[in-house]
Amino acid sequence: MSDRQGNVVEVTGVTKTFPRGNVQALENIDLSLRPGEFVSLIGPSGCGKSTLLRIIGDLIEPSSGSVVVNGKSARQARNDRDYGIVFQDAVLFDWRTVSKNISLPLELLGWDRAKRKQRIDEMLQLVELQGFGDHHPWQLSGGMQQRVSIARALAFEPALLLMDEPFGALDEMTRERLNLELLSIWQQLGSTVVFVTHSISEAVFLSTRVVVMSPRPGRIAGIVDIDLPYPRTVETREAPRYFELVTEVRELLRSRGAHLLPEEEAALHE
Amino acid sequence: MSHAATATLPGKRAYGRQAATGATRALSVVAVVATLVGFYELYRWIWSSTGWTYPFVVDDTSMPHVWVILHALWQPAQVNQPALGTILFHKSLFTAKEAAVGFALGAAVGFAIGIVLAHSRLLVRGFLPYIVASQTIPILAIAPMVVVWVNPKLPPSLQGWGSVAVIAAYLTFFPVAINTLRGLQSADPHALDLMRTYAAGRWTVLWKVRVPASMPFVFSALRIAATASVVGAIIGELPSGLQSGLGGAILNFNQYYSIEPQELWATNIVAALLGIVFFLAVVGAEKAIVRRAPENTA
Repeated sequence: MSDRQGNVVEVTGVTKTFPRGNVQALENIDLSLRPGEFVSLIGPSGCGKSTLLRIIGDLIEPSSGSVVVNGKSARQARNDRDYGIVFQDAVLFDWRTVSKNISLPLELLGWDRAKRKQRIDEMLQLVELQGFGDHHPWQLSGGMQQRVSIARALAFEPALLLMDEPFGALDEMTRERLNLELLSIWQQLGSTVVFVTHSISEAVFLSTRVVVMSPRPGRIAGIVDIDLPYPRTVETREAPRYFELVTEVRELLRSRGAHLLPEEEAALHE
Repeated sequence: MSHAATATLPGKRAYGRQAATGATRALSVVAVVATLVGFYELYRWIWSSTGWTYPFVVDDTSMPHVWVILHALWQPAQVNQPALGTILFHKSLFTAKEAAVGFALGAAVGFAIGIVLAHSRLLVRGFLPYIVASQTIPILAIAPMVVVWVNPKLPPSLQGWGSVAVIAAYLTFFPVAINTLRGLQSADPHALDLMRTYAAGRWTVLWKVRVPASMPFVFSALRIAATASVVGAIIGELPSGLQSGLGGAILNFNQYYSIEPQELWATNIVAALLGIVFFLAVVGAEKAIVRRAPENTA
């Protein structure tokens, strides 16, 4: 473990209790992210993985514990626009074209028109949507919409990218293609990624580390280092080591999954 | 997700289809009007030939023939005057001015109220009941007071019709306020989260997310408000004693109804047409302004 000063994210003793129903979503979470890491949070529904992501992004506050992002409080980091976020829904604005959607954070940062236009072109190229800038979101497929959402999140070059099940609503084939695209983008930009998913294969394929969480209350059950070499390709999914790691993650989930609902149990065996 | 995988902009074929739907729509309007006229005349024929008197006696006074009504538009209402249609056209321009100003005023006030209320639950709880109560007062009951209160304070150029515009605004602001409030609250929670990650302030969120998200709601209110403003202007003219608008004409022809019913009917048709023009103007503005996915337009 490198020195704590250089970590992009430092989560220490974070607990979250939702007042309604007194639900304990997270209990005593410690997690460090080094620069350039791609860390997945995986676990069944109710394990608090999205809650943890939202606490890192200062969208909700922890009940106790601290989050340090880039050496600052999460609040300060949010106000400094240190991270981009991508949700399961693309959350694009219908009334803006694709280009204008990507432009939104840049407008808020006060970039001038020429600088915005140049960056939008770069981002469209990055997510391979050249020629779609003047389309409106509803004219794009779900996968294309999510690529626009990623372009928007990365447009102002945040050090940290938070992704909350970004490909959860997409079909398997689109999802696998976007996994490859995301990895290529990540390697080009070198940003740090926190990626919430409930797909084991996706987590293993993408990540440098997979954080396995267990529910009620949400805890870290274990962390699996994914030592598959980059760049990862379609062949990676067929490598024996890949299957070993998938199995390791699955067993960690299962050993802590005594409280799983039947459909969650089934999802783990997909 | 219902989005088509084939992302294409409307091409030539789509525009061709639009033209076709335009023609179809015009045809269906004609068909509906013809059917309504047919029913009117059929009802008239059945009741007058059977001599039924329930719910009212059907004769040339209670239900003049459609062609008599339309013919009246081409006849002078009084000797040495232009045709009734020409007179009503000028009167409807006057009423349209009142209604348009009232509409703009009411829409602006309603929108502002919606924005203020959207900022706090407390304000909604405190003020909404009074806003609702304001609409339970019959407009005819407060119209004379508005005239008395507002008129003396108006500059000469607004004398008379200005207070009528205020009455029209009174009918307009309510649906706009209620729907603006709902529309501003309709913004996607994730979109608000997104704006938080940009550290966007309250006003930025309002103008960049909440207001655009509210547009479909606001425009459905504006459609209601458009016709309400015409009604408000006509009613407002009654206690003002204004003779230049449709309200004055209605009051006037009311008195001669038993002699020449077709003139009141003709005036009503012109008033209805004015309401439709206002409605269509809002629909046109909505088409030009609101850019939403087809499934998201309210």
